[in-house]
Amino acid sequence: MAIVPNGPVLALRGISKRFGAVQALTDIHLEVHAGEVVALVGDNGAGKSTLVKSIAGVGPADEGVVEWQGKPVQVTRPHDAQELGIATVYQDLALCDNIDVVGNLFLGREILRAGVLDEVEMERRSRELLQTLSIRIPSVRIPIASLSGGQRQTVAIARSMLGEPKLVILDEPTAALGVEQTAQVLDLVERLRDRGLAVILISHNMADVKAVADRVAVLRLGRNNGTFDVKTTSQEEIISAITGATDNAVTRRKARSGEVAK
Amino acid sequence: MTTNVDKTNGGPSNGANKASGPADANPVAKDAVTVVDPRLLVRQEGFKGYLTEFGRKMRSGDLGAVPVIVGIAIIWAVFQWKDSAFLSPKNLSDLSILLGGTGMISVGIVFVLLLGEIDLSVGSLSGLAAATLAVLNVNHGVPEGIALIAALASGAVLGAVHGFFFAKIGVPAFVVTLAGLLAWNGLMLQVLGTTGTISIADDSFVRDLTAHYFSQLIAAYGAATVATAGFFLAQFLDARRRKAVGIPSRPLSEILVRTGVLAVIVYAAAWRLNEYKGLPLALVIFVAVLVILDFVVRRTSYGRKVIALGGSVEAARRAGINVVAIRISVYSLAGLMAACGGIMIASRIGSASQQAGTGNLLMEAIAAAVIGGTSLFGGRGSVWSALLGMLVIGSISSGMNLLGVANSVQYMITGGVLLAAVVIDSVSRRTQRSAGRG
Repeated sequence: MAIVPNGPVLALRGISKRFGAVQALTDIHLEVHAGEVVALVGDNGAGKSTLVKSIAGVGPADEGVVEWQGKPVQVTRPHDAQELGIATVYQDLALCDNIDVVGNLFLGREILRAGVLDEVEMERRSRELLQTLSIRIPSVRIPIASLSGGQRQTVAIARSMLGEPKLVILDEPTAALGVEQTAQVLDLVERLRDRGLAVILISHNMADVKAVADRVAVLRLGRNNGTFDVKTTSQEEIISAITGATDNAVTRRKARSGEVAK
Repeated sequence: MTTNVDKTNGGPSNGANKASGPADANPVAKDAVTVVDPRLLVRQEGFKGYLTEFGRKMRSGDLGAVPVIVGIAIIWAVFQWKDSAFLSPKNLSDLSILLGGTGMISVGIVFVLLLGEIDLSVGSLSGLAAATLAVLNVNHGVPEGIALIAALASGAVLGAVHGFFFAKIGVPAFVVTLAGLLAWNGLMLQVLGTTGTISIADDSFVRDLTAHYFSQLIAAYGAATVATAGFFLAQFLDARRRKAVGIPSRPLSEILVRTGVLAVIVYAAAWRLNEYKGLPLALVIFVAVLVILDFVVRRTSYGRKVIALGGSVEAARRAGINVVAIRISVYSLAGLMAACGGIMIASRIGSASQQAGTGNLLMEAIAAAVIGGTSLFGGRGSVWSALLGMLVIGSISSGMNLLGVANSVQYMITGGVLLAAVVIDSVSRRTQRSAGRG
């Protein structure tokens, strides 16, 4: 819960992005501190995914500055983001169903011993990692296909942890999960925060957001529409910020310009 | 594959213990998982645990090589009952040599199937390699070694060409290799020219590939001993290392049972082969290729990448795997193995002919891989399925020839076996999904 007093791990300043005739993002500001979960919410098409892609280096922003630990950086390729310590878990997880948990965790960064896969070391480290994150799966040697949706999600998140990131971006981690599995994933998000990581959580589910996030950043039609402290804000207030029903002159003006754009 | 699958079973005991440990903050979740996942059941140590685990795997559809081994046992029993010459040393020895040719081609097919793709050109490539070898060596007097290398290179390069069109240009593999099937068969006829069939000299090295036997008794028994000891040592050292770092390992009793089973098979084979002319060089080459490529698939990062591509191309790409390079290399390997197979076949027949690489060869190579248990759907399979599948196909044709059954009936029966194998593959996948999914 503790927000580290020094500067933000990641700060976005004035991020804008255009796709042809569509202004997807306009002048977005966002700050994420270590040991903090920031929920990024917004209606469909609000620009959440576009913003995440600009941070992850998949679709760099046109304008604006990305500051990493206080220094402006260029993130133009996914590789740049990984180098900095940004790990992204996409909605479609990108796991290989036919390979076991250990193989998936180390896919693309296998540990070799004399040029040969070091299964023993990889299994040991996998167990260690899953244990520190208190992730429970039947065995690290069963194929991903045998795991439930929630277990797959936790494996995907655990995998992002192998690179020892400082910021983890989770894209709708609970979207397709049942109640119990959602709880498992949310527990894991809290554990990431307790380990001092910064987390950006994209979610549609207000209950999830209220449960784990420290702050909520609302996007609406590609613009910032307020940042709220979860503890002091009601769910209704957040929802009205998402839908644009907030009763103030600024948002009414934005809503109008949005409709004209349509 | 068998070893890989079995390793998964080392896990449950520890996993379950952990679940009941201090991390047990959420008992509901644990129960929910226990109910749906049979693998969470604690496995007893020792031999009895091995048996119960085995039974559980069978029921949940994880059949591995069991159906094909049962199939081979039935086929052998039936033919031995019909004609006692079937399990005679000569027939078995001939069978072991017969396996090598198509088997080599089938190994390449296994790699392509692991990717989840298909290669229809391997038959033509094998014929082309044989023709290249014969024309260079016999007609143009090129030294045998150089002609051999040229023949193998032709397979690897043309395979890479298929891979390039498939991986880089994006043409479906089926079409690219179908074009290859026609084109390389044409090229083979061109290379052979008007001569037609070219005989390979009886005293040549190529002829020796399938005609040479290590006739000393010690050769076959020595090879069997090396295989058994090597297997035991590998398993034992792995288990010891696992124990040392505190992760589940195979109990010694299980390793001994496995080694025992292997020992019975290899020593029986060695005894039978020694009754005839000894250990055939062709069999040694084939098994060596199998051991090496099995190691590549299971224990190297290259093999891991191939299997990952068969599971999910997108996941592999995001993990930083060079999809194009892996695909081209696998097609190149399939071409190389096809050339190896073509040379083995030419060596056995004693000539390169216009019929080489045509007819049933391609279908038998693909059927062997599938019958042996490699999935057509990609990502699941083993190099050893080339051997097991060829044993089934080879045994059927050898047994039927002994009984004097017509080719027409042989084809129908082989077709039926192939269908049965694919049915088992499909059904076991479905059972696995319903038993394993949470």
